[in-house]
Amino acid sequence: MRKRLTAIGLLLFACLALVLIAAPAAGADVAATASSPSAAETCKKPPQRDDDTIHIVGCLTDTRDDPPSPVEGVKLTVVDEAGKKVAEGTSDATGRFDLKLPGTAFDVLGNTYTVEIDPDTFPEGSYLTNPGDIKNQVHIQIDTDIAINYDIGPDVTTDDPLWDQALDNLISGLFAGLLLAVAAIGLSLVFGTTGLTNFAHGELISFGALAAFLFNAELGLHTILAGILAVLVSAAFGFGQDVGLWKPLRKRGTGIVAMMIITIGLSIFLRNVYQYFIGADAHQYTDYTTVVPWEIGSVSITPKDLLVALVCVIVLVVVSLAVQLTRLGKATRAVSDNPALAASSGINVDLVITVVWTVGTALAGLAGFLFGLTQGLDYQVGFKLLLLVFAAVTLGGLGSIWGAMIGGVLIGLLIEVSTLWIPSELKYVGALVVLILVLLVRPQGLLGRPERVG
Amino acid sequence: MNWISVLTQTLEQALGPSAVIYCLAAIGLNVHFGYTGLLNFGQAAFMMVAAYSLGSLVSKAGWNFWLTILVGLAAAVVLALLLGVPTLRLRADYLAIVTIAAAEAVRLVLGSVTLKKYFNGQDGVFGFTDSFAALNPFNSSMGFSFGDNTVSWRPYQFFVIVTGWTVVAICCLIVFLLMRSPWGRVLKGIREDEDAVRSLGKNVYSYKMQSLVIGGLFGALAGFYSGLAYSNASPSDFVAETTFYAYTILLLGGAARVLGPVVGAIIFWGFLSGLDLVFDKLTGGGDPILPAWIMTSSQASLMRLIALGLVLMLLMIYRPQGIFGNRRELALDAR
Repeated sequence: MRKRLTAIGLLLFACLALVLIAAPAAGADVAATASSPSAAETCKKPPQRDDDTIHIVGCLTDTRDDPPSPVEGVKLTVVDEAGKKVAEGTSDATGRFDLKLPGTAFDVLGNTYTVEIDPDTFPEGSYLTNPGDIKNQVHIQIDTDIAINYDIGPDVTTDDPLWDQALDNLISGLFAGLLLAVAAIGLSLVFGTTGLTNFAHGELISFGALAAFLFNAELGLHTILAGILAVLVSAAFGFGQDVGLWKPLRKRGTGIVAMMIITIGLSIFLRNVYQYFIGADAHQYTDYTTVVPWEIGSVSITPKDLLVALVCVIVLVVVSLAVQLTRLGKATRAVSDNPALAASSGINVDLVITVVWTVGTALAGLAGFLFGLTQGLDYQVGFKLLLLVFAAVTLGGLGSIWGAMIGGVLIGLLIEVSTLWIPSELKYVGALVVLILVLLVRPQGLLGRPERVG
Repeated sequence: MNWISVLTQTLEQALGPSAVIYCLAAIGLNVHFGYTGLLNFGQAAFMMVAAYSLGSLVSKAGWNFWLTILVGLAAAVVLALLLGVPTLRLRADYLAIVTIAAAEAVRLVLGSVTLKKYFNGQDGVFGFTDSFAALNPFNSSMGFSFGDNTVSWRPYQFFVIVTGWTVVAICCLIVFLLMRSPWGRVLKGIREDEDAVRSLGKNVYSYKMQSLVIGGLFGALAGFYSGLAYSNASPSDFVAETTFYAYTILLLGGAARVLGPVVGAIIFWGFLSGLDLVFDKLTGGGDPILPAWIMTSSQASLMRLIALGLVLMLLMIYRPQGIFGNRRELALDAR
C-alpha cells in the first residue's frame, strides 16, 4: 500500500520532469505575416511634406484584380465631432486620396473625426469589401498623417445576408463540434467506466496542444509530425496517470467525491506547470500559419479547417467501430454498464480502465493539437474548452460514447449558430444554459439510459 | 535579505481581507459540502451576484447601501433556487457540473460588453463603499508588534478586517447552532445516506434546497466583503479558481467542523503569501539566489499555485478529513 502511494508522488515528479526535458528556453513568437501585393503605379506615395499639418491619406484598390487596381474618382468627406464638414476630396488615378485637416497639428490633436466614403461615386458594380468602412472614426493622437485603406470588391450584401451568415456559422459550428466530440470521448469513457468526473480533462487537452508545440517550435519538427508525436506522448501521459495515480487510489477505496477534488488539484497543478514553462502568451505552430481560403459559393473554407474536420470524422468513425466491434470495445461497454457484473464475467476491469485512460487522453491530446492548429494555443487552451466538453457530455448522456459525439457536434453547432441572435462574446453562455435545461427536462441526456439518478 | 519581513507580511495576509473573504465563502461551502454533501462548484457565482448587486445598485442607481445588501442576499437566494430546482434531485456530480457552468455563465454575462452600461464590463463596478467607509472609526494604521517588527494594516483595511472577522464569528455561531439542531442532524443524515433519511419520511429535496440557500447566503457575505475590501468587484475576482480556493480552505481546515474554514483560511493565505514572498526573494534583486534559467520572477509567482494544486491533491489522498476533521464522522463519498 505504501509503495503504491509513493508511486503517486513519483508520478507527479515524473510529469514535472517530462515537461522539464522538453522545456523551452523561451517561447518563440511566431507571427503570421500577411503578404501584401504591391503594384507599381497603384497607391503611389506622394512626396514628403514638410509642414505642420495633419492629413488623412489612403488608397482605394479593387481587390478583384491581381495585383489590385486603383479605383479613381471616389468622393470622401471628413466630418468633425460637431457634424461639420471639414475636408473633402476624390481619389486620383493611382487610387490615392489626400484630405487635409484644417489648421495646424496643434489644433487637430485630440480631436475625433469621421471619414465618410460616398458609395454612389463607386464604379458600376463595385462595393466596399467591408461594408462597415463606409464611416470610419479616427482619433488624432500623434502628430503624423492618418492612413486608411479601402478594399473595393464585389457586393457582399446582395444575397440574403442572414442566410449566408447562417451557412457560415453552421459550417464553423460543425467544425467546432467535431473537435469537441473528439475531446469529449475521453471524459465520457472515464466517467462511464469509473464514475469519475474529471475536472482535469481540460489539462489533458492542453497537454496535446503544448506537447505538439514543444516538438514543433523547440525541436523544429514539422507540425504534422509534432502532432503525431504529441498524440503518442498524450497516450503515455494517460497511461502513466492511471497506473501511477488513479489505479492506486481505486485500490485504496478512495471515494468518488474525494477523487473529483483530486482532479481539481491536478488541474490547478498542471495548468500552472504549463504556464511555468510556456508563459502566458498565445502561440502558433510554425507551419500552415497563412492559408488561402477556398471560396465555395458564398462560403469560404480554409483547407486547414477541412482537413482538421476530416481527421475528426475519421477518428470518430474508427472509435465508434472499435467500441462496437472489437473485444476490448465490448468489454469497455460492459464495464460502463456494470463494473461488478463485468468483473464477475471474467473481464479484467482494471485493464479496461487503463486502456480507457490511455485512449481517452490520446484523443483529448489530438483534439488539443487540432484546436491549436486552427485557433492557436496557450497554457489554458483546454481549460477554456472544459465547460463546453462538460456541456457536450451531459447533453449526450454522461458515460455514453455515442452521446459524447452527438453532444459535441450539437454544442458546437449551437454556440456558432446562436451568434446570429446573441452577441458572440456570450455564445458560450447559450451552451451552458442548454446544459442546465437538458438536466431539467432529460437528466440522463439524449442517449443516456433512463435510470434513477438521485 | 530580510527574512523577518517575510514573516510579518505573511501574517498580514493570513489575517487580512483575503482570509476573511475566503473564510466566509468556505463557511458557505461547509454547509453545502461538509454538512449536506452537496458539491457546489459555483460558490463564486453567489459571491458575484451579491457583490454586483451591491456595487451596481449603489454606484449606478444610487440606492441606499444597506438596502442593496438585502437585495444582494435576495439575489443569492434566487440563484440558489435556480440552480437547485434542476439538479438537487440528481446525483451529486450533476450539481457539480451545473454549478460550475452556471458560475461561468454568470461571470460571462455580468462581465460582457453588452451589459457594460450597468456593470462596466471587465473593469467591474466601483465607487460603492462610501457608506461603509463612513463608519470607520480608525484613522491611523493599526496592528500589533513583536520585538522591532510590526504587523499593521491601513485604517480602512483594518476596519474591513475587524468587521469581517466579527461577521465570521457570528456566522460560525449560526452554523454551530444550526448543525446542533434537529434540522442539522437531518442534513448530516442526507450526507451519509440519502435513502435512509428519505425512508424516515423526510423531504430530502426540500432540506437540500434549504442548505443550498443558506450556504449561498454565506457566499453572498463573502461577495460583499470582496467588493468592500478591494473597493471594486470585477469578473476576474470570481473565476472558477475562487471556488476551488474556498474548497481547499474548507478541506484544509476540515469539512463538517464549525471552525474548519477559519483555521483553513488563515493557514491557506499564510501559506500562499509566504510561499510567494519566499520565491519572490529568491528570484528578485540584481543577483538572485535562483538563477534566471531555473526560475524567473514571473515564473516564481506561479510556484504558489503549483504548490496549491499539489497540496489539494495530497490532502485528499492522505488526509481527506483535513487538519481538524474527524475521519469517522465524514465519509467523504456522497454517492
